[in-house]
Amino acid sequence: MDNLFEEQEKSFETKQLTISLGPQHPATHGVLRLDLLLDGETVVKCTPYVGYLHRGVEKLGETKTYFAALPLSDRLDYISSMNNNVGYVNAVEKLFGIEAPERAKFIRTMVAEMGRLSSHIIWLGTHVLDIGATTPFLLAMASREKILDLFEILCGARLTVSYPRVGGVRNDVTQEFLDRLYEYVLEFPARMDDYETLVTENRIWKDRTVDIGIISAEEAVNWGLTGGTLRGSGVDYDVRRYAPYDAYDKVEFDVPVGVKGDCYDRYLVRIGEMRQANRIIKQCIEKLPAGPILADAPKFTLPPKDLILKDMEHLIHQFILITKGPTVPEGEVYVGTEVPKGELGFYFVSDGTGKPYRMRVRAPSFVHASVMPRLCEGGLIADVIANIGTIDIVLGECDR
Amino acid sequence: MNELLTQSLTYIRSFGIIGNIFLILLQIVVVFVAALLHVAYATYWERKVIAHMQLRLGPREVGPYGLFQPFADGIKLFFKEDIIPATADKPIFYLAPVIFFVSALTSLAVLPFFDGFVVADINVGLLFLLAMSSLGAYGIVMSGWSSGSKYSFLGGLRSASQVISYEIAMGLSLVGVMIMSGSLNLSEIVRGQHAITTGVYAIPQVLGFFVFVVAMFAETNRLPFDLPEAESELVAGYFTEYSGFRFAMFFLGEYTGMLIMSSVGTICFLGGWTLPQFVTNALPFLLFVPGIVWFLMKVYCFMFFYYWVRATLPRYRYDQLMAIGWKVLIPIALVNIVFTGTMKIMGWF
Repeated sequence: MDNLFEEQEKSFETKQLTISLGPQHPATHGVLRLDLLLDGETVVKCTPYVGYLHRGVEKLGETKTYFAALPLSDRLDYISSMNNNVGYVNAVEKLFGIEAPERAKFIRTMVAEMGRLSSHIIWLGTHVLDIGATTPFLLAMASREKILDLFEILCGARLTVSYPRVGGVRNDVTQEFLDRLYEYVLEFPARMDDYETLVTENRIWKDRTVDIGIISAEEAVNWGLTGGTLRGSGVDYDVRRYAPYDAYDKVEFDVPVGVKGDCYDRYLVRIGEMRQANRIIKQCIEKLPAGPILADAPKFTLPPKDLILKDMEHLIHQFILITKGPTVPEGEVYVGTEVPKGELGFYFVSDGTGKPYRMRVRAPSFVHASVMPRLCEGGLIADVIANIGTIDIVLGECDR
Repeated sequence: MNELLTQSLTYIRSFGIIGNIFLILLQIVVVFVAALLHVAYATYWERKVIAHMQLRLGPREVGPYGLFQPFADGIKLFFKEDIIPATADKPIFYLAPVIFFVSALTSLAVLPFFDGFVVADINVGLLFLLAMSSLGAYGIVMSGWSSGSKYSFLGGLRSASQVISYEIAMGLSLVGVMIMSGSLNLSEIVRGQHAITTGVYAIPQVLGFFVFVVAMFAETNRLPFDLPEAESELVAGYFTEYSGFRFAMFFLGEYTGMLIMSSVGTICFLGGWTLPQFVTNALPFLLFVPGIVWFLMKVYCFMFFYYWVRATLPRYRYDQLMAIGWKVLIPIALVNIVFTGTMKIMGWF
């Protein structure tokens, strides 16, 4: 009997199917392309291809002064441009050897956490949408819209903000902005409860995410994962805690960590982060100190606009800084900051001129895209979609 | 009015077989037009209902409150370019949407919308319905196979296995109803329900009703079981490569399928066009309301449930769907059959 069965197996030839998921596919969050080798519905081999959105940001950065390259960082992870800006200016400040005043630090922390909220809201919406639930996506987008409105009040831009400046921030916050932000912060936990009602304990959601894409703590570290993707595996590593920048050492917050390292843990970690971000914003508003918003370092910061218009020396000074750039100490510097996707690092090599000799961006999305084969192989094609959502990548940052 | 109708019916019938054929054709036209209008507005209501669940407004530009939106969509699809992939198997590619749509429409023939109004009052109505809904799966499989696209192919295969698995669960869930009513004729099933105390089979057949409702979602490829067309995995599944009116036929077929499944649920479990006797005894004036009103109200409840679920739930994975079908629904349905049969023999039903 067994023999007969085996013979039948042999005569029934099966073929593996190669399917190209992306670069134009509804679930790949941009232009990620995954070449999947399928045996039925099981993924045998998964090969990610990146680079469809390559714009040469690192090389472009070498052609611009340190001030002028700031907007390039907006275009890395365009969903959380505020966090990229904060990371960029922190790295440049370390290179220049200056420090932003206290008020600017608190404002930066506040807006960075707003950026984190807005990015995590998009992650939540799209991740859940990929699994098939449409309503949380639309509820979440309505909530994100309010953050963008607040950004608009703050600096006039909604998406690519370029609000922080080397040595501080562009302009001070207004009372109206703080009031509306506080209102939003108070209301936000109720919105979170709405999303969680639809998703967290949902039986289907748990079936789709629990025990999917498990990666152990050790492996996660070895793959170079950071951010929520790493903390989901139970590694308590957060740059905000481990190497505090801006005002993160002056606010209280918890770092949620997972246990198993599956999609559901990563989901819970990010949900927790959203509540923590909300908490940080609240503390920043309450503790916001008075004072200047730009460092008193005339060699490295642009002079105020009203003085430029009135005063010849300041005009010349600004002209020199903008065209030639500041005189920067030689050397190299790396600063990592915790952006919503993970650890975003800026590495500068300075040769003493106003432009970086080398600008390198450590993009968490790039590292996370590389772990896709590890997460997907052996799973089903539907799990690939869950995994793309859970590693939370943005291709603008991945391809740079 | 009624007299006039009876008189004209007698007059038409006096022509013998030609008169009868004319009557049936008239009925077909009425059912066809009514069903297609319902399908058109089912899409409109779906968009409206889901929009309001999601803090949106839904269609509101075309006509008052966007009421002409379904027609605008239809006209647009009709004038769209008909694209056929170069690698497609053309005859099958042409045929697939037709099979899908026609098998959905044919099912309408045996549905009694109210007392005495049914195009073909056949004795095996329920079997005919199940047969037609299985036939619709051929349309899906053929479209997936002939499109020459890997996404369509996977969608078609998924659909084939899904429909086969859930066909069994659905058939078994309806066996309880057959045992209780002792008939496969849909009008007889409704009359049988009207005779019992509860007035609906949904109460004694609660397990069967549960299995039917779950299988209903799978049969019509709707969330949470819309795997054949899972847009985040398979782009659009089996109809990825279709455009223009061929796409519209799949679309119409899907919504007709929803309407038919809702009607079957109404007829087999919720008493069709009748109200339970204890309700009409308590509120006798309800008897003056035509049966079609109750029938449609019950169908709309099912349709609303479809929309509601779609706005609430995520999608199951393929293997989980199969596990639910085989390991949960079919055993429940079998238990229900044993239970109902025992009750029938004991004479309690």
